[in-house]
Amino acid sequence: MTDVPNRGRRDFLNAGAAAGGGLLLGLTLPGFAGKSLSAAAGGAKSSAPRVAQLNAWLKIAGDNSITVIVDRSEMGQGVYTALPMLIAEELNVDIGAILVAAAPVGDAYINPGNGGQITGTSNSVQDAWDKLRLAGAQARIMLINAAAKHWQVDPAECRAVNGTIRAPGKVLTYGEVAAAAAKEPIPRDVKLKPKADFKIIGKSASRIDSPGKVDGSAEFGMDVKLPGMLYAAIAQSPVLGGRIKTLDSGAAEKMPGVRKVLKTDSGAVVVADHFWQALQARKSLAVTWDPGSNARLDNHAITALLKKTAAAGDGLVARADGDVAQALQSAQQRHSAGYELPLLAHATMEPMNCTADVTPDGCDLYVGTQVQQVAQATAAAAAGLQPAQVRVHTTLIGGGFGRRLDVDFIPAAVEASKAVRAPVKLIWTREDDMTHDTYRPPALEEMSGGFDSAGRLAAFKLHITSPSITARMFPPVKGVDDSVVEYAINYPYEVPHVAVTYSRQEIGIDVGYMRSVSHAPNCFAIESFMDEMAAAAAKDPYDFRMQLLQRQPRQRRVLQLTAERAGWGKAPAGRHQGIAFMVGYTTHLAQVAEISIEQGALKLHKITCVVDCGQMVNPRIVESQIESGIIFGLSAALWGEVTIAAGKVQQTNFNNYRVLRGNEMPEIDVQLLESGEPPGGIGEVAVALVAPAICNAIFTATGKRIRRLPIGPQNLLRPA
Amino acid sequence: MLSVDAAADTPLLWVLRDHLSMTGTKYGCGMALCGACTVHIDGVAMRSCVLPLRAVAGKSITTIEGLSRGRSHAVQKAWLQIDVPQCGYCQSGQIMSAAALLNTNPHPSDADIDAAMSGNICRCGTYPRIRKAIHLAAELLAASAK
Repeated sequence: MTDVPNRGRRDFLNAGAAAGGGLLLGLTLPGFAGKSLSAAAGGAKSSAPRVAQLNAWLKIAGDNSITVIVDRSEMGQGVYTALPMLIAEELNVDIGAILVAAAPVGDAYINPGNGGQITGTSNSVQDAWDKLRLAGAQARIMLINAAAKHWQVDPAECRAVNGTIRAPGKVLTYGEVAAAAAKEPIPRDVKLKPKADFKIIGKSASRIDSPGKVDGSAEFGMDVKLPGMLYAAIAQSPVLGGRIKTLDSGAAEKMPGVRKVLKTDSGAVVVADHFWQALQARKSLAVTWDPGSNARLDNHAITALLKKTAAAGDGLVARADGDVAQALQSAQQRHSAGYELPLLAHATMEPMNCTADVTPDGCDLYVGTQVQQVAQATAAAAAGLQPAQVRVHTTLIGGGFGRRLDVDFIPAAVEASKAVRAPVKLIWTREDDMTHDTYRPPALEEMSGGFDSAGRLAAFKLHITSPSITARMFPPVKGVDDSVVEYAINYPYEVPHVAVTYSRQEIGIDVGYMRSVSHAPNCFAIESFMDEMAAAAAKDPYDFRMQLLQRQPRQRRVLQLTAERAGWGKAPAGRHQGIAFMVGYTTHLAQVAEISIEQGALKLHKITCVVDCGQMVNPRIVESQIESGIIFGLSAALWGEVTIAAGKVQQTNFNNYRVLRGNEMPEIDVQLLESGEPPGGIGEVAVALVAPAICNAIFTATGKRIRRLPIGPQNLLRPA
Repeated sequence: MLSVDAAADTPLLWVLRDHLSMTGTKYGCGMALCGACTVHIDGVAMRSCVLPLRAVAGKSITTIEGLSRGRSHAVQKAWLQIDVPQCGYCQSGQIMSAAALLNTNPHPSDADIDAAMSGNICRCGTYPRIRKAIHLAAELLAASAK
């Protein structure tokens, strides 16, 4: 294309802005989206070809490389593959040809579902479904229009085929026409491909991020390296919420490689040439701590607090169908039970870390975060800068599970960098990470059910008592915190009188969102209690549920197919089954656990899971996320429990916070259903059903009802 | 042979990562509990987070970066074909453990895999795919030996 002058990159960005009408942001090329992805290769190299940005999500370079800008953090759930697939479908390019770059902080990347630039609530595909397909379709039309203009032909004569624009006797590559395309007006009234025409969506494709994850080149926050970078270790208050009273760093400062020791609100930070030196010097710090208000906090105190509040009244109403009080009063048969959930640690494989490079007029932040804007604001406050002066470079994340929705590991790195006037990577040890998590909150769940004179379940009441994560992280919360009553407010069973209520009780320590959030505690309570009600009615737990889902074909189908696939009611001799059902993130799914009890010990044989998550983008990723959720749920159900004594967390590493290992894995059988429904969430949903399915199987095996997690320490011998 | 200027008690892990900028080997626990730091020392899988530098002087060390050129090791090929990684943080260690297993046992059973891989934690739960991929890698190795 001779009519397009060879301009520098900046000019092309400006051209994009002119055409984009606000779509373009002050774009910083993320240099650390993962080396393996060659994400920045299209624009970062000095010898790089010119790059045209067609909208907030798409850049096409003169060498035909296509970079999709992804606004969700990749932490294993597959967004660096699934979201580009949506654009690729409409852009008519092969997914294998796409590079990925992490989005900078920007208004275009605020997802309405979460109200911020946030990777959470399993809604990445739901949010992107129309948005990115539209972006791909608009870009395709702009490319066609630019080529048609160049050829002086009717755009209707042009087609976009596998990275090229073709007209009779003519062909241009996307790279050749991209710069001109960026100046085309954004087309309106774009018709998206119908499902029948999908060539990419719905078909399993290899993950874009896999190659770098099998040769060690993938770059996580832990792996960031900057010229002149120093390393930092931090000593935090052993008692949660405590602060430094006195700090004597004299001995530490004399240790090899140590550059500085500084006192911060987060703790005492040792900066050294190498991390191991910082860690050794940390041992030589003489710190006395003001423990704050948690010096006497322990699990008994927390449980007592929750019980006291639970007993004080029903709290706020989250859902009220009919008149539960009256229905329970007049019930022919009533049953009540209370369930208890422990604190849990996220225990991501990559401990918390952050690299900051503070200069007088700005800060570059390299961090695995699920909340780019919050990270930016937090770093700005720590550095004494304006948020716009902080450039957030989102790295690959070595496990998020909600932990990296918190930013508590960021300020100390920023303060350290500012103090030593050099880039600093601050790393938490596993022990720091385990003992200073923002833990999954504990909960008390009290339920009552009542059968009417015809033997039908007529009333169900659930009262949840728990802290509010949202009130700390995204205040203010008016009324019920939605993230506490998940699944419960969508209680699917056809029961005329339903009440869900919530009492908020804080426990003195910070609690955080963890994968599946309140779906896990609420599904454990509800699906266990449904089994209790089935037993009270002397009905099969599967039949009992099916009879209460008469008017809900989608729910019935999932439950029925799960029972069929698992061979419900046909367990081999000595084995026992339990079932659980849930709707979460609009995904419908059920699980059957098959177990045996051998000398009082639980042996897991198989988990069967059937999932209707609506339209799938990449079934292979969906399947791996379901497997992943089941295994995450197994760790929590079997052993997950954080205990506190005198304000200190007692679990420190994987020797005393046990998580599932490969040799402990039962057989896992996942079936994904074809579905005409819109896409649902898949990253978190499977976690929640594991504990109730197993505990319901334990009841079948032993007659023992497990009402407190984890299962692990409890005696499962059949009562004599 | 490489020469490194670090204190003799520095764990190999941090020498690799901080001094040599070979960051494929990961820090996960510092106590040989999770396997994220697995490397081969003279062909044997070991946890580099508890191996002081003095213990490996003069030995042959293979990290994920040196396992193959262009991801051509059978384990890496199988990992890609099955799409094992999720977050990916533990995968260098998983792959190094799997490669060491296949060095000594070219046709591992599920029980052999369980025994050899139980020291490698994956919080994403890629275990079902790891098992499949090791069996596939064994097949690939057998096919290439023919």
